[in-house]
Amino acid sequence: MAFINLKEKIIQAKIVYYGPGRCGKTTNLEYIFSQCRGQVQSEMVSVKTDGDRTLFFDFFPFDMGKINEYDVKIQLYTVPGQVKYNSTRRLVLKGVDGLVFVADSASDRRASNVNSLENLQENLALYGRDICSIPLVMQYNKRDLAQQGTEVLELETLEEDLNRRLKAPFFEASAVEGLNIVPTLKKIVSSTMAALEEELR
Amino acid sequence: MLQGGTGTMNLMLGQKELDRIHHSLKKNLIDIGAQSSMLIDTAGNIIAVVNNGSDIRDVYSLAALAAANFGAMNSMAKIVGEDEFSLLFHKGRTENIHLSKVNRDFLLINIFTNQLSLGFLRMKVAEVIKDLLGILVAKKPAN
Ligand SMILES: Nc1nc2c(ncn2[C@@H]2O[C@H](COP(=O)(O)OP(=O)(O)OP(=O)(O)O)[C@@H](O)[C@H]2O)c(=O)[nH]1
Ligand SMILES: [Mg+2]
Repeated sequence: MAFINLKEKIIQAKIVYYGPGRCGKTTNLEYIFSQCRGQVQSEMVSVKTDGDRTLFFDFFPFDMGKINEYDVKIQLYTVPGQVKYNSTRRLVLKGVDGLVFVADSASDRRASNVNSLENLQENLALYGRDICSIPLVMQYNKRDLAQQGTEVLELETLEEDLNRRLKAPFFEASAVEGLNIVPTLKKIVSSTMAALEEELR
Repeated sequence: MLQGGTGTMNLMLGQKELDRIHHSLKKNLIDIGAQSSMLIDTAGNIIAVVNNGSDIRDVYSLAALAAANFGAMNSMAKIVGEDEFSLLFHKGRTENIHLSKVNRDFLLINIFTNQLSLGFLRMKVAEVIKDLLGILVAKKPAN
């Protein structure tokens, strides 16, 4: 649910990075933050535990330029991936305009990816929303693990498990190496803006 | 395109409504000594900000954290068997933050120093909430 200020001609839209615990959501935002300093006027806010696990969310706003004379401000959020934090995850999801689902490519995370995607759909349903009607990008993160000898899921397996029905655009990425992190963001921003533009008409 | 009960629609406010909101915040809160007064929605979007010149730099982060804080309080309320807590007050050494619920979708944030009494602020906040409800309710869904 974007907020559109007709007086100052500003649109605020919310993009949320979702996914299982330790899949790399916070690392995505940290990388983006380090690369996009010019468009960000504020610090990144991280509500986290001592051990660096997200407790509530990571957040920063950035300016996206204009659509139809409106200044677009994108608010980027991550959710806490740990199963026990579902109530805070749900709060962050409120009013979401665009979603990035970050999956962990490590083979032993296969079930957590699937569970997290189901959890996302359940939580959206609580707000009366359907994943199919929200702009979505899939990100298969930690592709670099293969080079380190860790067993990773094949792309086909990830697609089959997570994206067979949704058919969202996807990226193979590595948040630690910064690979395909900005393209993931650009994609979700452009789909979200296109959806908003459609509604503004 | 007013926000639907399910949060699936966008909220659009025009010049007239925003002017009325600004006016009410300024007259009732800034003019009595509050430093900053902000209307946000429960998703963390900023609807209006008015301040007395002492600029708060990171208003977007403040809004995100306030909405989260309030959401967490509400979840806590349910756990202890309350329907909701309608306000939150954080007292600092010199700066204080007062958060209050306007209705299901909107929150009012006030930042003020110890020079302003909490009792007076609360009274004014109640008046502003009445104003705001009038403005926000008058806004009917366009579709
Ligand atoms: N090898 C590898 N490690 C990664 C990658 N992305 C993140 N990590 C590591 O995975 C761990 C967890 O990353 P976070 O970004 O904190 O994960 P998160 O999804 O925010 O986790 P929660 O906050 O608990 O939900 C950290 O040690 C990261 O360095 C990646 O692309 N490749
Ligand atoms: Mg995290």
